[in-house]
Amino acid sequence: MEDTGTVVAFWIFAAITVGAAIGVAAVRNLIHSVALLIVTFAGLAGLYITLSADFIAVVQVLIYIGAIAILIIFAIVLTPRAGRHNQESFMLLPALALAALVAGTMIFVAFDTNWGAQRSEGFEGTATAIGDLLLDRYALPFEIASVLLLSAIVGAILLVRPEGPEEEAE
Amino acid sequence: MDSIELEHFLVVGALLFAVGLYMALAKKNFVGVLIGIELMFNAANLTFISFSRFVESAEPLSGHVFVVFVITVAAAEAAVALALAVLLYRLRDTIDVDRMDLLKW
Amino acid sequence: MPILLRGEWYDLRDLANPVRELIDGLGLVSEVDYVLWSLIASLAILTWLVLSVLAFIWIERRVVARMQNRKGPNRVGPAGLLQPVADALKLLLKEAITTRGADRLLFWLGPVIIFIPTIVVFAVVPFGESMVLADLNVGVLFMIAVAGIMTPAVFLAGWSSNNKYAMLAAMRTIAMLISYEIIQVLALLAAVIFIGSMNLQTIVSWQDEYNTWLIFIMPLALVAYLVAGAVEINRSPMDISEAESELAAGYHTEYGGIKFGFFYQAEYLAGFAIAASATTLFFGGWTLWGLEEWIPGWLIFLGKLYAVFFVYIWSRGTLPRLRIDQLMTFAWKFMLPLMILNVLLVAAEVVIWEETGASRNVALPAIGAVNAALAAVLVIGWARFLGHGSGRGRGYSATLTREVGKIYYTGAEAS
Repeated sequence: MEDTGTVVAFWIFAAITVGAAIGVAAVRNLIHSVALLIVTFAGLAGLYITLSADFIAVVQVLIYIGAIAILIIFAIVLTPRAGRHNQESFMLLPALALAALVAGTMIFVAFDTNWGAQRSEGFEGTATAIGDLLLDRYALPFEIASVLLLSAIVGAILLVRPEGPEEEAE
Repeated sequence: MDSIELEHFLVVGALLFAVGLYMALAKKNFVGVLIGIELMFNAANLTFISFSRFVESAEPLSGHVFVVFVITVAAAEAAVALALAVLLYRLRDTIDVDRMDLLKW
Repeated sequence: MPILLRGEWYDLRDLANPVRELIDGLGLVSEVDYVLWSLIASLAILTWLVLSVLAFIWIERRVVARMQNRKGPNRVGPAGLLQPVADALKLLLKEAITTRGADRLLFWLGPVIIFIPTIVVFAVVPFGESMVLADLNVGVLFMIAVAGIMTPAVFLAGWSSNNKYAMLAAMRTIAMLISYEIIQVLALLAAVIFIGSMNLQTIVSWQDEYNTWLIFIMPLALVAYLVAGAVEINRSPMDISEAESELAAGYHTEYGGIKFGFFYQAEYLAGFAIAASATTLFFGGWTLWGLEEWIPGWLIFLGKLYAVFFVYIWSRGTLPRLRIDQLMTFAWKFMLPLMILNVLLVAAEVVIWEETGASRNVALPAIGAVNAALAAVLVIGWARFLGHGSGRGRGYSATLTREVGKIYYTGAEAS
């Protein structure tokens, strides 16, 4: 990808994504952390667009910002007397070391490996092709995923249901 | 700097994954751990999409399909994790993972 | 003949022509060209939006006043025409107050974030044949996704105010937005299945080619989309999130001055966005059965858009507010099953049409008639099944409302 627009877009979105992600880990206030998480998701959607993955980019905004961020917010709001502080436990230093190690290894592998033949062109429009794949070759995983979603819904409802026999609200 | 290759995206993905891993391991708050896990999912997604875009293969869009499944599972996971957080809060009045030490010696 | 005009710079039926002529005349490198092009287009859209909002503040106040047998604003300027300008000036000059204990950064960001989704939607809306800023392949999904950004924005605004009414209203709004987003998605899904494309320009040209509008083919989807849209823009009868009698003013209670102005304007812009997408998807967009050869397409589009938006003004002037439990019940128990059935029905019709290979002159009227009849039967039948309209008198509180009250308000009843 060499045209100026894509290069500029990549650097902007990469900076937003990584910067916001580090902010998510660094800020002390949990709500600020979630707000920065939303920025990270948005930056990732931008990166997907530079990768010509239009469908995934839009789905990223729809699911991650519109649904998962909201779920996390609900998790915060529904635990009112719990801490709003985003602090670290005693595992701070080991976790930092491990994270640095993992990042270093992955970056080393990324540059060291020969990834083989490169595609030069992006995709034209991916939505139709993804739909075909989902209902044709990946039909079984698709069905399993829907069963998983259903069981997750039922499980979540069962977990947070109040204990005891249901009283008749009047 | 003047050309964007696969490695650039892989580095972004690696950094995201590292931040997510750090949060999942080190954060005290259950929600912080949850956020870390979501970040790791996203890093994996980015890597999938960039391989799908850059590496020549017979069926290049399989990576996209896999990301769709990852997003689905992430949504299900977030819903269940929210339920767990609320349940933990009801039982223990806190969602600090440090305090979940009933099974610890 | 208007055909001779096609593509010339003075061909104002498509405003892209003079702009293209201008930019080509400058002879710039392609990158600058591209930036300039999008800049001009976005500025044009923004200008139109601001002017429309100013106009519609006046129109709405006058129209609602007429419906309620009042006069409405009539002091500033002729017939009160300058009232919106006076309002805007007043908001600009007011002191910007921040609540004590408010989260300053997020409090300041709230009105800004809520502005983004309402404007960005217009990037994919086709105003004319080539008057579309970004002709996305996934345009319909883009509109839904961008509208979804409103949800966290509302929460951040309500939470950062450090006010319990704002917080309550924010949670109500989020609950409503999430519930009705599903209905919105299912309504649009039916349209997308039928046409077979998520590109808005393709959807418009499909309706042009087949000489029909989707409203005639799937009226139920349109109604559901407009109802869900009313929720998204907090319009009566779905304006529970800013019910002034119970929640002060909603999630923007603590915002004053121009910050409140931002929320106010964002609501109008979201209304225009809903109207624009409804126009594009269900009313044929910028086409009018060949008349777009003679009248500029963007004028047709704006006319339809304002007509759809007028429905919202109308409903605001006439319908009373619903309770929050009624609203949620309506989404989950009434709308959701109907919309799922609608999607199934439309998918089946598409397959049957393909299998039989019927000509469009037979198939489209048949599908439209079947859909309209089934929509009526389903709406009435499902309402009966849920306990409405069983002839037990006007004051009868529907069974479904009380049941949902049980689920949503364990322990404490809503009203």
